[in-house]
Amino acid sequence: MKSWRELPLPEVLVIRGGRVLDPASGLDDVADVVVEEGVIRRVGPDAGEGYARRAGEEGGRIRVLDARGLVVTPGLIDMHVHLREPGQDYKEDIASGTRAAACGGFTAVAAMPNTQPVIDTLPLVEFVRTQAERHGAARVYPIGAVTKGSQGQELAPIGEMAEGGATAFSDDGHPVATAELMRLALLYAGQFGRVVIDHCEEKSLTQGGSMHRGRVSTLLGLHGMPSTGEDIAVARNLMLAEETGNRLHIAHLSTGRSLELVRQAKARGVQVTCEVTPHHLVLTDESLEQHRYDTNYKMSPPLRPAEDVEALRRGLADGTIDCIATDHAPHHADDKEVPFPEAAFGIVGLETALGLVLTHLVQPGVLSLSQAIAALSLAPARILGVPGGTLAEGAPGDITVIDPAALWTVDPSQFASRGRNTPFGGLRLTGRAVHTVVGGRLVMENGELNI
Amino acid sequence: MMRTGLAMSWARFLRPRGNRKGGPVMWHRKDLLGLEGLTRPELETILDRAERLKDILAQPEKKRTTLRGRSVLTLFFEASTRTRTSFEMAGKFLSADLTSISPSTSSAQKGETLLDTARNLEAMGFDLVVMRHQFSGAPQFLAERLAAHVINAGDGLHEHPTQGLLDMMTIREKKGRLDGLQVAIIGDIVHSRVARSDLWGLRAMGAQVRLAGPATMLPDDLSAFGVDTFTRPEEALEGADVVMMLRVQLERQQRGLFPTPHEYSRFWGLTPERLRLAKPDALVMHPGPMNRGLEIPTEVADGDQSVILEQVTNGVAVRMACLTLLLGVDDK
Repeated sequence: MKSWRELPLPEVLVIRGGRVLDPASGLDDVADVVVEEGVIRRVGPDAGEGYARRAGEEGGRIRVLDARGLVVTPGLIDMHVHLREPGQDYKEDIASGTRAAACGGFTAVAAMPNTQPVIDTLPLVEFVRTQAERHGAARVYPIGAVTKGSQGQELAPIGEMAEGGATAFSDDGHPVATAELMRLALLYAGQFGRVVIDHCEEKSLTQGGSMHRGRVSTLLGLHGMPSTGEDIAVARNLMLAEETGNRLHIAHLSTGRSLELVRQAKARGVQVTCEVTPHHLVLTDESLEQHRYDTNYKMSPPLRPAEDVEALRRGLADGTIDCIATDHAPHHADDKEVPFPEAAFGIVGLETALGLVLTHLVQPGVLSLSQAIAALSLAPARILGVPGGTLAEGAPGDITVIDPAALWTVDPSQFASRGRNTPFGGLRLTGRAVHTVVGGRLVMENGELNI
Repeated sequence: MMRTGLAMSWARFLRPRGNRKGGPVMWHRKDLLGLEGLTRPELETILDRAERLKDILAQPEKKRTTLRGRSVLTLFFEASTRTRTSFEMAGKFLSADLTSISPSTSSAQKGETLLDTARNLEAMGFDLVVMRHQFSGAPQFLAERLAAHVINAGDGLHEHPTQGLLDMMTIREKKGRLDGLQVAIIGDIVHSRVARSDLWGLRAMGAQVRLAGPATMLPDDLSAFGVDTFTRPEEALEGADVVMMLRVQLERQQRGLFPTPHEYSRFWGLTPERLRLAKPDALVMHPGPMNRGLEIPTEVADGDQSVILEQVTNGVAVRMACLTLLLGVDDK
């Protein structure tokens, strides 16, 4: 399949008259965005007027998008996705996963290394980059494994992988079990300027569990995963980050207690950032009381009680939680259409994230639109240390144009992702991406992929 | 597709049928997956029918043609002697055609998924499947995908509805009612599907349930079941009309849930002294198989208050009732 780089690059792309939101500069005003040769050149009221007048005469060299009534933001970045390539292309691959990203308004994703084989050496990092260059509909930032094979025994060649383009390191799904190895990983990755991302889970407490341990797991007779299973690992990692002085990023925070621990650590100056998924912000474990044993509600960390969801929403609003990431985890029906305890963990997220955030967080006033966009673009760019996340002059021409009023219904059968595993099928949402621009190229236009 | 299947097979049972009094039978469910959510009239329909069918067991010729031509499959993914035999006897007394599949002979051993197993069974045209599975929710999974009726014969930690029904039938038979009775359930509550089914059924019938067991075998949220829950059995036993002892799974010891059998029996076993805290005519019950000397000493298990073997007899009657009700056949 084609890569976004093979799409025609307009000499000038003008996005006219939208509400331009750039959290990095605080800009929130009606303006034009001018992209030249794939790089952002000018942002300002009527900045594109001259080009727009010449567009007709200069046959195709200048593209003008009418963005009146729309919101123009930095390209969204999802720092936590599973693209399943190499090895599990029956679930997803880089081509299908990045198309799902573009459909959801994401111009870049960071790919977790728990593929088959695990991305734990330089050639494998290069493989992911090459595949993305050949077939990607969005930018792909590879994440390397912390330990060889994510086995938690010996450090993987983090330095070589960092040189080869790995932007961060994580044993996501197989969290680093021993405190000593985690300490070494923080120190080792830190010297290469890389952040360690941990899926915080104390496995001795969660083994065999398939949902949050509480009233509903008791009711359904399912082995539970207690909140302490996350909190203890978060506490451990925060102390190690504090001791080493190195950067830690906590993946998909899901409990109020963990949030409190992060809040305290940040107050002490610990170099920690964290993310939350849209599903942990909008669903509770009570969903499983209603949709009994529906494996589309099975994920790790599990859906938590309403108090946790409330705390996470507050944490995102007050900045304790830095960003929103989907943990996009596509699975084949074969992995999900089995009894609940046997089913794979995880749901797809790329094509529903923006709609969920706009409908369930921005519309009710939990987050301002600008906060939501910052959490979906600027914050992950800063955490990963990658370009983008801003509409500043000279930044890459990665732009998402959103129709905040678009009413739509989630239809998994129409997903670009190969994964159909979502609990949100049939849900009515307000707001979605209509144009996705990667490097100045229109990957998605008027809600349709060009690729 | 799966939802349509469920709706269609439900629809077949929505039309009212007559019963012996000429009124509508309070039964319209395709499957029996649990007692949670069953109404008192539904439970009474099953129990009343079980009482009538129990007469068969007292006859010299224990055979009726009620279920002639109906095919019933017992599909047990977990070992069972009592429950499986009880379902098979119930089916045989009513002339159903019975087939049994157990894990050692089934294709589950060859890696077949439950979904494929279900589709194959459907293709063979079974009318009703009795299923036991180690995973909670597995019978529901099957029920959503089969037009055949499904009876849950025990799923993981979730429910064991026919056990709950036979317990209720035994209590009602001995006490004449369930309403207002105090029932103490003692043992490994959090891992017990029997406790859950008993709890839902008994509460729907107006009995009061108290739970007791070691703190390591209780849910962390003691309000989870909405009943009084204690760590000391004495508190649950005080003035009880019925004492239900749960089987202790010995493998729980390896997981650290209790230190030794001796310590378990000392603090949670139903000793004669502890039993005296209950009402003098309290019933002693156990779903079996018993660990004599662990949760229940022999003198209590075989004592005057024990109705443990009557539970087993009633199990056959309850299962005859469930088979006929689900298959939509009158019990005449």
